[in-house]
Amino acid sequence: MDTSQILVTLGGVGLAGFVVWYFFFGKRETKAATVNDSGIQEVAITVKGGYSPDIIEVVQGKPVRLKFYRDETSSCSEELVFSEFKLRRDLPAFETTIIDILPTNKGTFEFTCGMNMLRGKLVVR
Amino acid sequence: MTTNHEHATVTLEITGMHCASCAAFVEDALSGTHGVKRAAVNLASEKATVEFAPSVVNVANLTTAVENAGYGAHEIKHDTNRAEQAEATEARKLAEYTALKRRFIVAVVMAAVIMPLSMTMLFPSVEHFIHETIGMQALNFVLLALTLPVLLYSGREYYVSAYNTFLHRTANMDTLIAVGTGAAFVYSVIATLAPSLFEQHGMRAEVYYDTTATIIALILLGKVLEARAKGQTSAAIKKLIGLQAKTARVLVHGEEQEIPIEQVHAGDVVVVRPGEKIATDGEILEGASSVDESMLTGESLPVQKTSGNAVFGGTINKTGRFTFRATNVGADTALAQIVRLVEEAQGSKAPIQRLADNISSVFVPTVVVISILTFVVWFNAMPAETRLPFALVNFVAVLIIACPCALGLATPTAIMVGTGKGAEHGILIRNAESLEKAHLISVVVLDKTGTLTKGEPLVTDFVLLDDTIEREDAVQYAASLEHHSEHPLASAIVDYAEAQNVDAVFTVHDFLAVEGKGAIGTVAGESVAVGNTKLMELYHIPIDADATAAAVQLLAEAKTTMFVAVKGAIVAVIGVADTVRETSREAVQAMQKRGIEVVMLTGDNPKTAEAIAAQVGIKRVFAEVLPQDKTNVVKQLQAEGKTVAMVGDGINDAPALAQADVGIAIGAGTDIAMEAASITLMRSDLRDVVRAIDLSRRTMANIKQNLFFAFIYNVLGIPLAAGLLYPFTGWLLSPMIAAAAMAMSSVSVLTNALRLKTVRI
Repeated sequence: MDTSQILVTLGGVGLAGFVVWYFFFGKRETKAATVNDSGIQEVAITVKGGYSPDIIEVVQGKPVRLKFYRDETSSCSEELVFSEFKLRRDLPAFETTIIDILPTNKGTFEFTCGMNMLRGKLVVR
Repeated sequence: MTTNHEHATVTLEITGMHCASCAAFVEDALSGTHGVKRAAVNLASEKATVEFAPSVVNVANLTTAVENAGYGAHEIKHDTNRAEQAEATEARKLAEYTALKRRFIVAVVMAAVIMPLSMTMLFPSVEHFIHETIGMQALNFVLLALTLPVLLYSGREYYVSAYNTFLHRTANMDTLIAVGTGAAFVYSVIATLAPSLFEQHGMRAEVYYDTTATIIALILLGKVLEARAKGQTSAAIKKLIGLQAKTARVLVHGEEQEIPIEQVHAGDVVVVRPGEKIATDGEILEGASSVDESMLTGESLPVQKTSGNAVFGGTINKTGRFTFRATNVGADTALAQIVRLVEEAQGSKAPIQRLADNISSVFVPTVVVISILTFVVWFNAMPAETRLPFALVNFVAVLIIACPCALGLATPTAIMVGTGKGAEHGILIRNAESLEKAHLISVVVLDKTGTLTKGEPLVTDFVLLDDTIEREDAVQYAASLEHHSEHPLASAIVDYAEAQNVDAVFTVHDFLAVEGKGAIGTVAGESVAVGNTKLMELYHIPIDADATAAAVQLLAEAKTTMFVAVKGAIVAVIGVADTVRETSREAVQAMQKRGIEVVMLTGDNPKTAEAIAAQVGIKRVFAEVLPQDKTNVVKQLQAEGKTVAMVGDGINDAPALAQADVGIAIGAGTDIAMEAASITLMRSDLRDVVRAIDLSRRTMANIKQNLFFAFIYNVLGIPLAAGLLYPFTGWLLSPMIAAAAMAMSSVSVLTNALRLKTVRI
């Protein structure tokens, strides 16, 4: 093994380790919904290569309004699937799409893009 | 937006506000805009309501004003109906598709120039000529200049998206494309700018601009084909939404006025001319016609309608002119409910998808790790002169061939096409799980009344046993009494009297309905009882040999029997039968042919039940089952280890439908709000149960093919791209071939799902 091989091996393994840590063990952005004047729990979510915030906390039994603003044209995020609430919606680019739901059960429910690559969670407490 | 000439109001969604001062700032920005009369910003709802003069200022000016203040603003549209929304979505998708095509064309044109210029080494004389004239480095600069537009225009979205997803600690297909093409490009740029770096290590300063450009062109080709195919998967729902009428001809003070559909209210009287689309749901007041309801129910024959009949929005009036009173409008119409149901089903997830979901959630980072390790292994394994390009090419090939999209598309596209296909045939599937379960059905339980039979009992026999009374009088006594009852058998007797031209005009006193037994009362001063054996026993009315013989005879013919007693003695025996639907036998046989056991369930006595079962070819019968016990029958079959489908009319069968693995509500007509059923059939045709099962089986087979293809593609493609076979066979995968394979993999999954559209069910 010459020097460049040692460097490439160490660099490669290190990079692979970083990829695993960064994508699988990173900390996620959590946000609790705010209750508006009409008693609706609201959260604004920006869709840009993912969902910000991607973990949303709401309270059971009260209506929830999720406002998805898609801030990109990448086709990956064009669809939103929220199968717990039987929703499959198109998210037009640079527009806000309002999704109203009523969480009747406690638990963690995932929402994803149409191809299940981008993920977010609704935590109902 | 609401508008008149001098005044308009718009609601804007404001983003980026954090506190009350932000709200005040936005309000000032809006109020200060010329032409704005009033602006109110609500921080909590993040909305601004703006009144303005449309002649002076427009919505775009308002959003700009907010944006200039450092916030985001978007108009919220309230007034558009579903059809308009669908049209807007369609227009937006078309614009996106056109832009995508433009990017693709640029990439193809550039790649077509870059490719031959990069292949000069195949033609030594050309290479020699370039070497002698401008030099190889200059050619590389030309290639770099040609590749830049492909990267910065055609492929820009992938790099931007990859960066954005990286910030979110997620990775998707764009990550793979961006890292793959990006690595090839960066390597090439270094080789172009500083070839000596390579040459001093005895390596050729090779460039991969052709790889970068071709990969992007091919992936865009895949995207173009994918966008076209994806549009078709939701064709059925678009067709349903498109059925909605845009205007209605409403009678206002006796005059016909054509108004937008959104302005029609329940209670309005709507006029429909021949050939016109019926605007909304309602009840015919005047006139008669035949109506084509095939678009909602799948029933190909037009339905005759006259005053008092229900009509449904979206169906087509064929022959006559009529007026109807609107009963349901907007989201309450049958059409809107069907659209909602189909949309919900398409948004739900099939359990079979779970594995693909779990894999796709870790897929991209895993592929990135594999590609890095591929690089490391080949860098260490190959001789010094070739190791860097060799490692790079395989690194890029692994990233490019991996296709998470095919995995992601495999199930939902088939579900979308399958549920859409069902809706076209009047088969409404509640969710993907129901569709998945339906292919496992091993027993179908049919409720007799209303399912196998028409559910409308008819008096077939009226056997007079007493010579001292006129037949007409006996009918009149029975019909007069039953006129006060709401039991279906009672109305059969009243109908019978009418058909015999006997009026049920006797006055009735002391009417008493005895549940499950019959009715008793005083008719024209005489005590009259109509009911079964239990009623006779309850009132101590003797059943003599003649009556018993007549009853036994009727029972043997699968008829329900009722005794008519006047003044405490039986004078007649009535036989009532429910006729079997013409299609029931064919449907039962079709199910049996598919290896499904068919079981009948009824409240009737065993004899009647057996006779009906024999008519349609059913071997297993549960008779004398009380409504509340239907659930137990389903449970019993489930305990036998069977996957049970319960078919019922959905009204008194709701608990059994819910208990069954698959609850199928039949003959819903357009009353589709059947919560208990997992599948709702709009027509009263048992053959649709077979169609639903066939549809489920076809869809599941399609999903399995898609999943198999998506899995096998990645399982074989990634090791091949990594060069796993190279030591044994010398096989390597060019990143360009990898790009072509990747582009085609999602397209082929989509094409396979679309095949479902053409299957006959």
